[in-house]
Amino acid sequence: MSSFDSLRDPDKCKAVLKLIEEAMQGQTLRFMEVCGTHTVALFRSGVHSLLPKSVVHLTGPGCPVCVTHDSEVAAYLELAKRDDVIIATFGDLMRVPGPGGGSLKKAQAEGARIEVVYSPFDALAVAKNNPGDKIVFLGIGFETTAPTVAATVRLAKEQGLSNFFVMPFHKLVPPALDALLSDPAMAIEGFMLPGHVSAIIGLEPYRPLAEKYGIPAVVAGFEPLDLLQAILLMAEMKRQGKPRVINNYKRVVADEGNPKARAILYEVYKPGDALWRGIGTIPGSGLVMSDAYKPFDAFDALGVELKECKPLPGCRCGEVLKGIMPPNQCPLFAKACTPATPIGPCMVSTEGSCAAYHKYQLDLSPGK
Amino acid sequence: MGKKLLLDQGSGGLASHRLVADVFVRHLGNPILARMDDAALIRPKGPLAVSTDSFTVDPIFFPGGDIGSLAVHGTVNDVAMLGARPLYLTCGFILEEGFELDDLDRIVASMGQAARKAKVKVIAGDTKVVPRGAADKIFINTTGIGEIVVSPAPSGHRARPGDVVIVSGSLGDHGLTVLSHRQGLSFEAPVQSDCASLNHLTLKLVKGLPVVHVLRDPTRGGLATTINEIAQQSNVGVVLEEQAIPVKPVVASGCEILGLDPLYLANEGKIICVLPEKHAAKAISIMRRDPLGRDARVIGRIVSDNPGKVVLRTGLGGHRLLGMLEGEQLPRIC
Ligand code: SF4
Repeated sequence: MSSFDSLRDPDKCKAVLKLIEEAMQGQTLRFMEVCGTHTVALFRSGVHSLLPKSVVHLTGPGCPVCVTHDSEVAAYLELAKRDDVIIATFGDLMRVPGPGGGSLKKAQAEGARIEVVYSPFDALAVAKNNPGDKIVFLGIGFETTAPTVAATVRLAKEQGLSNFFVMPFHKLVPPALDALLSDPAMAIEGFMLPGHVSAIIGLEPYRPLAEKYGIPAVVAGFEPLDLLQAILLMAEMKRQGKPRVINNYKRVVADEGNPKARAILYEVYKPGDALWRGIGTIPGSGLVMSDAYKPFDAFDALGVELKECKPLPGCRCGEVLKGIMPPNQCPLFAKACTPATPIGPCMVSTEGSCAAYHKYQLDLSPGK
Repeated sequence: MGKKLLLDQGSGGLASHRLVADVFVRHLGNPILARMDDAALIRPKGPLAVSTDSFTVDPIFFPGGDIGSLAVHGTVNDVAMLGARPLYLTCGFILEEGFELDDLDRIVASMGQAARKAKVKVIAGDTKVVPRGAADKIFINTTGIGEIVVSPAPSGHRARPGDVVIVSGSLGDHGLTVLSHRQGLSFEAPVQSDCASLNHLTLKLVKGLPVVHVLRDPTRGGLATTINEIAQQSNVGVVLEEQAIPVKPVVASGCEILGLDPLYLANEGKIICVLPEKHAAKAISIMRRDPLGRDARVIGRIVSDNPGKVVLRTGLGGHRLLGMLEGEQLPRIC
């Protein structure tokens, strides 16, 4: 049995499930998985359907597409209209609805030039092949993707490219968790921490949170056994009253993270405030271009501004992202809002909570 | 560099005639086509199954096939899924000016080979050459005609509780091959399209077991989409066992890397067969005797619960909905 198979071994998983039930000791535990990939993994593997009812599962703000603010969507859709601009983006953003009902997909049908790329480096190639145009890469993503984008910007500078720009919409996870925990409406009792983000930032940034709010937190991988073990560890810490940060994904995440990736990241970017959909501005939760790389900032170089937008009517993304409301309790869920007719991005992103509920949950009725 | 296709060659004049004779008749020729009348005269015995499909794959050559063989297999398979014996094909080509003549020759030769193997005749065709940029290299449309040999014919409406779902082999091979070549990715072990004509296999199946309820080939949208269509057409529930669904390790790991789900990837040489459980063993033994059905197995059951929905029982014994694909599958970003 490969180590991979053993992380999916039904007998091992069942054993951990039993331990979870014991550790719960009649209490209910509200745990949040921060990362959208975890949300999907919980459903896809069937783990979600096996958890005891006493484990209340909240989805968090960890889908980079979902937390992209309406104003940010409006800004790139505006840019897409310019004749001399080619937008380069990851495919996930194509169908995200903008404030006026537009999307990159619709813009493309109307003649906008949009290149779906699989790596920001591909966007650099687009810039080289189209010297007369301005290539704008939409830099969304958390600490996981931001270092690669930073490396691309650095390469663009080394190669003297003057027609490559990035819209830095990156967001940082720890400040968002702090904002969630400081909201009295929230009642989170455990965090399943994102594996890929943690591989970059390590454990240190989470420690103050665990101390300040007394909350157990476990860095988890994406296999069924990873998910179950993380839940068990949270339940045990809760029972023992000893909350701390545990790295249970050591095969990928080093406690100190990846200093090299962080060095590139903070050469090109520096922390700044960021707008989160449904949450608003969170201080220090975003990345802006450092002075040496300002010429690559699409905001600066192409004169783009974030304008205030009316929130999408009826969409409860904010409450869903904060774990206050399960997706299927949004009044529009599976009615006006479906993957084919998304009202909010949580319904179109492959990692969005609404999309995951819609895709994987057998019973679509509210509250189940 | 080889010769390139000129606009003239689609004009209907001498240049077109020469192209038709040199390429199309040479590779696809048969007595019906050779008459070169405005339409082909055929005398099928009816009832007939007719299907048409257009092929626009990128890249046009991929491991295991090309757009030409695909255009034959795809339509032959659609006709075969009604329990019919495909007899004739027509094909229409839309070609971009500047297309390499050698590539065209290779594609048409591969069509000819696929048609002979499937025992179907190409009886009518058409070629248009459009200005550069008006089409992407080559588009092919094929229409297939076949005689139905069983009554009632298998149909997506006939799945009933108590039936089992059988698949003829591993899933996702074609979809991953095409996607990975489009992205310029290569995996440690090679992936290859399963592109093949299934009509000989389906004929053995419906003749040996006239009780087959449903035959479908899970092309675009993959197993998940096709099985959902069956659940909705027949208004029944389907329960699939994740662990029983065959996916090659190289396809599974390729999908893992790209963040794709093999159950939604296209197949071009696989059958889904639904029939009463008591005939399952015989169906599987018929399939396994054919090279195209060597890995046939039962992957699930038709039930009366949750009509119109497909439930996947995961390896852990948990369950989840297996829905239809919305839009295209996209590789992950996070
Ligand atoms: S179901 Fe749709 S409208 Fe409701 S929160 Fe989710 S994305 Fe927004």
